[in-house]
Amino acid sequence: MNLRNGRSKALAIGAVALVSTLSLSACGTDDNTKPAANGSSSGASTAAKIACADKGGALLAAGSTAQTPAIDVWKAAYGNACSTTTLTYGGGGSGAGVTQFNQGKIAFAGSDGALKAAEIDASKAVCTGGQGIDLPMVGGLISIVFNVEGVDKLIVDGPTLAKIFDSQITKWNAPEIAALNPGVNLPAADIQAIHRSEDSGTTQNLTAYLAKAGGGNWKYPAAKSWAGQGGQSANGSAGVAAQVKQTKNSISYVELSYAQTNKLNSAAIATGASKPVEATAANGATTLANAKVVGQGADMALDIDYATKAEGAYPLTLVTYEIVCDKGNKAETLPALKSFLTYTVSDEGQQAIGQVGYVPLPKELAGKVKTQIDALA
Amino acid sequence: MTSSSPADARGRTPRRRGDSRRGDAVFFNLSRGAGILLLVIMAAIAGFLTYRSALALGKNEGNFFTTFEWTPDAAKPVFGIAVLTFGTLVSALIAMAIAVPVAVGIALFISHYAPRRIAQPFAYLVDLLAAVPSIVYGLWGVLFLVPHMDGLTSWMDQYLGWTYIFDQSSAGVPPRNLFTVGILLAIMVLPIITAVTREVFRQVPRMHEEAALALGATRWEMIRTAVLPFGRPGIISASMLGLGRALGETIAVATVLSTNSKLTLHLLDPGGGTFAENIALKFNEAQPLGRDALMASGLVLFVITLLVNGAARVIIARRKEYSGAAA
Repeated sequence: MNLRNGRSKALAIGAVALVSTLSLSACGTDDNTKPAANGSSSGASTAAKIACADKGGALLAAGSTAQTPAIDVWKAAYGNACSTTTLTYGGGGSGAGVTQFNQGKIAFAGSDGALKAAEIDASKAVCTGGQGIDLPMVGGLISIVFNVEGVDKLIVDGPTLAKIFDSQITKWNAPEIAALNPGVNLPAADIQAIHRSEDSGTTQNLTAYLAKAGGGNWKYPAAKSWAGQGGQSANGSAGVAAQVKQTKNSISYVELSYAQTNKLNSAAIATGASKPVEATAANGATTLANAKVVGQGADMALDIDYATKAEGAYPLTLVTYEIVCDKGNKAETLPALKSFLTYTVSDEGQQAIGQVGYVPLPKELAGKVKTQIDALA
Repeated sequence: MTSSSPADARGRTPRRRGDSRRGDAVFFNLSRGAGILLLVIMAAIAGFLTYRSALALGKNEGNFFTTFEWTPDAAKPVFGIAVLTFGTLVSALIAMAIAVPVAVGIALFISHYAPRRIAQPFAYLVDLLAAVPSIVYGLWGVLFLVPHMDGLTSWMDQYLGWTYIFDQSSAGVPPRNLFTVGILLAIMVLPIITAVTREVFRQVPRMHEEAALALGATRWEMIRTAVLPFGRPGIISASMLGLGRALGETIAVATVLSTNSKLTLHLLDPGGGTFAENIALKFNEAQPLGRDALMASGLVLFVITLLVNGAARVIIARRKEYSGAAA
């Protein structure tokens, strides 16, 4: 009898541990999570400038988890000013967001990528007399972070990065790296290249860059899952940042906010401009300003030039969209939708997310997006 | 019901018997129901996994058992469990090799060596280890254990490198490998194995122990001749319980291991993967086919666990003469 008790006790203990594992892993694997924002403080100062909708109500949205921290900042500030409107942003990923948008369940969707042709066709069923359009809203950039003893500043370029992350270069003092960093005392140590172990939008953006700007040294297509040879992996942006921090001679890629909060050194990228471009929000904004609008009509889908040679344009820049109907938005949520997006694209809104590691949209681009928001019907 | 006068003392006996029969029937049905429920749940899990696996396996363009890569969402879906099977079994084996002897030692200490007033709090302490969430083990592993494994791994590389499995291909790589995972898993399963073996050792008939001592056995001889043989089935089933956790451990492995799709016997080189870790990392961004493929790998883990447990039952059945039922 006693023996059975012992077993069942151990089983119960195991069950408790298992349950806690499950619940913790559920929130632990959410990638792209940025540190919590101090949105309320910045919100208080801008509260006066937010034009609320006459009639509030519930504003539902969902999609990209990369946007979630930005939306959280905006939600806090907007909620302070306009208490009658309650915004609910469910994560769930870009794909889920677009699906729900096309089912007419939400007022807008956050998405890492622009709408595909088939998705635009599907949106016409929901947007009476109109279609779904992409509004660039949340800019970001990916830092190349490194931890090399005695090296504070490092310069890399597309082909070198492609070779490093594909294990074609394995030593820090390789001639390719030395040529870009004259006068820097590079160690003869092995490069510890670290990539994300799970599928991630950050990996997709980096590999898209490597495929475009890698000079043919990156043989794989842009993808969410890692395809390069060698290196080690770590789980999530936080895991990658922690590995770079504690591993000597390591290099990896994380979004800007992780580089900032973990105090990691970011490499400058030699793009062909007169001098290497540092990974700063301002340099990311320059790239966004140079991006071409490829969307048709009111759609403002951007094509970011990863191979840009413009002065001060950081190439590893990305933008995520809010997807709305150009015409045929639901009448009851339209005023709140316009009011909220007018705030997010405003200087205050963009500066607020700039403080938590995003790239504020350049003024000209923001102005164009504002014009589209004003025209929403 | 409560109106019982001393007069009907004779009549009470059958009524009470009737009550207890009804109680018997209720309890019998409840416990049978619980048993059936367990079978239904198992069947539901197996059925669900089999159905989803079948969807994925039909579209796999690689061999499910020998392919190393896991790219079910690529244009040409290819996925296989070779690396995952290897990593799961190896890390669990390392964990058991370390945890079982230590756990038996702790259990013996608590049941036979420690003074009662130390044994009790010590037992609680071990139980407490089981309640630590595995993400905490994972974070401890990656932030503390991994940096502090450097010395051990380079020592093993230097002096045990001739064994091939402990040969490190390149120095300076953080030891986020199957060996470190094994050590972490050992710590995680330790309390489970200890708790069960401890209870079994406590059940050793006092007469066996005293008989051994009376025949002139020292304490160690008494433990060897009376306690360990009696406790062996308990140790085995405790180990199986621990092994189950080691095989299925998810987030701690995902946090510590540097995963890739290479199969190497160099246990000190980072790389490899396990079933549960692979499912946890790939599930979030998986497309429908990718999800079904992960279900297929989950089914394999399910089968492996069943096989391992079955094997353990066979071992225990063979040694029935020592089991508690005989005492």
